[in-house]
Amino acid sequence: MIRVVLPPHLRGLARVSGEVQLEVAGQPTVRSVVDALEAQFPMLHGTIRDHVTQQRRPFLRFFACEEDLSHESPDTPLPDAVVSGKEPLLIVGAIAGG
Amino acid sequence: MSGVRVLVGTRKGAFVLTSDGKRAKWDVNGPHFAGWELYHIKGSPADPNRLYASQTSGWFGQVIQRSEDGGKTWHQPGTPPGEPAPGPGAMPKGDSNKFAYDTSEKTGKPLTTHQFYDGKQHPWEFKRVWHLEPSLTDPDIVYAGVEDAALFRSTDGGKSWHELAGLRGHGTGPMWQPGAGGMCLHTIVLDPGNPQRIFVAISAAGAFRSDDAGKTWRPINRGLKSQYIPNPEAEVGHCVHRIALHPSRPNALFMQKHWDVMRTDNAGDSWTEVSGNLPTDFGFVIDVHAHEPETVYVVPIKSDGEHFPLDGKLRVYRSRTGGNEWEALTKGLPQNDCYVNVLRDAMAVDSLDKCGIYFGTTGGQVYASADAGDNWAPIVRDLPAVLSVEVQTLP
Repeated sequence: MIRVVLPPHLRGLARVSGEVQLEVAGQPTVRSVVDALEAQFPMLHGTIRDHVTQQRRPFLRFFACEEDLSHESPDTPLPDAVVSGKEPLLIVGAIAGG
Repeated sequence: MSGVRVLVGTRKGAFVLTSDGKRAKWDVNGPHFAGWELYHIKGSPADPNRLYASQTSGWFGQVIQRSEDGGKTWHQPGTPPGEPAPGPGAMPKGDSNKFAYDTSEKTGKPLTTHQFYDGKQHPWEFKRVWHLEPSLTDPDIVYAGVEDAALFRSTDGGKSWHELAGLRGHGTGPMWQPGAGGMCLHTIVLDPGNPQRIFVAISAAGAFRSDDAGKTWRPINRGLKSQYIPNPEAEVGHCVHRIALHPSRPNALFMQKHWDVMRTDNAGDSWTEVSGNLPTDFGFVIDVHAHEPETVYVVPIKSDGEHFPLDGKLRVYRSRTGGNEWEALTKGLPQNDCYVNVLRDAMAVDSLDKCGIYFGTTGGQVYASADAGDNWAPIVRDLPAVLSVEVQTLP
């Protein structure tokens, strides 16, 4: 079971509170986790990745185990601690603006 | 007793303001979608409890929301709360948020680039929905004007969207360029007497008309003069801010351009300036009295460099002669130290007798007049910056 922490606005959109837990078939990667997330919460389609290009939105980043995974290939296997459920995958909105 | 529902989109959420026909006491409901930008909310004329909303964010992109109960509850079309995810082979949900430009071989192939700030060609990139215009007759049909400028239509209540590619593809698309607010299609006007006719306006390209329900388009900018572009009388390139018409005279349209207030009496074939005695003819909003087709309202703004009222006095100007002769309406509006703006989609009218006029400001006030503009009072004073105001007159 993969644990995912969403930014507050996306938790509101998905109508969940706290972490989301996902079953991911095969080797968990950022791509497969976001695929599973969108399958379970279809209202999140297009909010994390652009609908057409499937690119990560510029002001969102992926973190896990104190590492920034945002610039990794989306097909890179996630850390073991995320796969085992010990650590969550964090989807973080950039602190931007001012 | 009849009533009024005012739909307000702001930088940080949506608000629904309701009153009875006296329009003296108001209930304020919101914020809906707190923290998101709500560019536009509009109800279906065919089913007033069916509302569409454009919820958008620089972080999370575009979301379309729909309400079936006049704004009390909302859901994304095709994704009602509690409904299970689709099985294999079912239409993928989440398509209500998907605005994909037409790149098909048949209709989309030539639609590649537009002019950019640097004068070079730049590919179209979807950013957000500026304006939602529900069909006058079918609650499930709704049009979306988007940035980068294009027109989309949904025929299934917002579950899926398809570009009307004839607009970008009619030939002038490579000459369109973004205005300061982006290259947005911000105005959609449906002709109530002719279901084949649609008007749109784009910053900075100009106004366009379709006479075949959106299949083919042509620019309708003859008579516009914009001194700030290389050819002031060019076929396209004008920064049109807003267009409005009265349902009883759909060939007569009024336009607030970047500078200049204009009118046409031949559905845009030619325009004439009617700025007349306005103290400044820069502005964003323009609207028409619900019962008097020659009574028009604008809110003059000092200049394109100073987006606030002249002399710090917030004044609506009304013409009862279809333009040229304007009177300042000031009762109840701040007449000193007021430096707010009124954005292009932030004025609307109700159809009660007397006609109510409403507008919202970037300072978070929504002002209402229950007597066609003679007297004004704020409904609310301290909302986030107002992006749009729409009004529904309820039975």
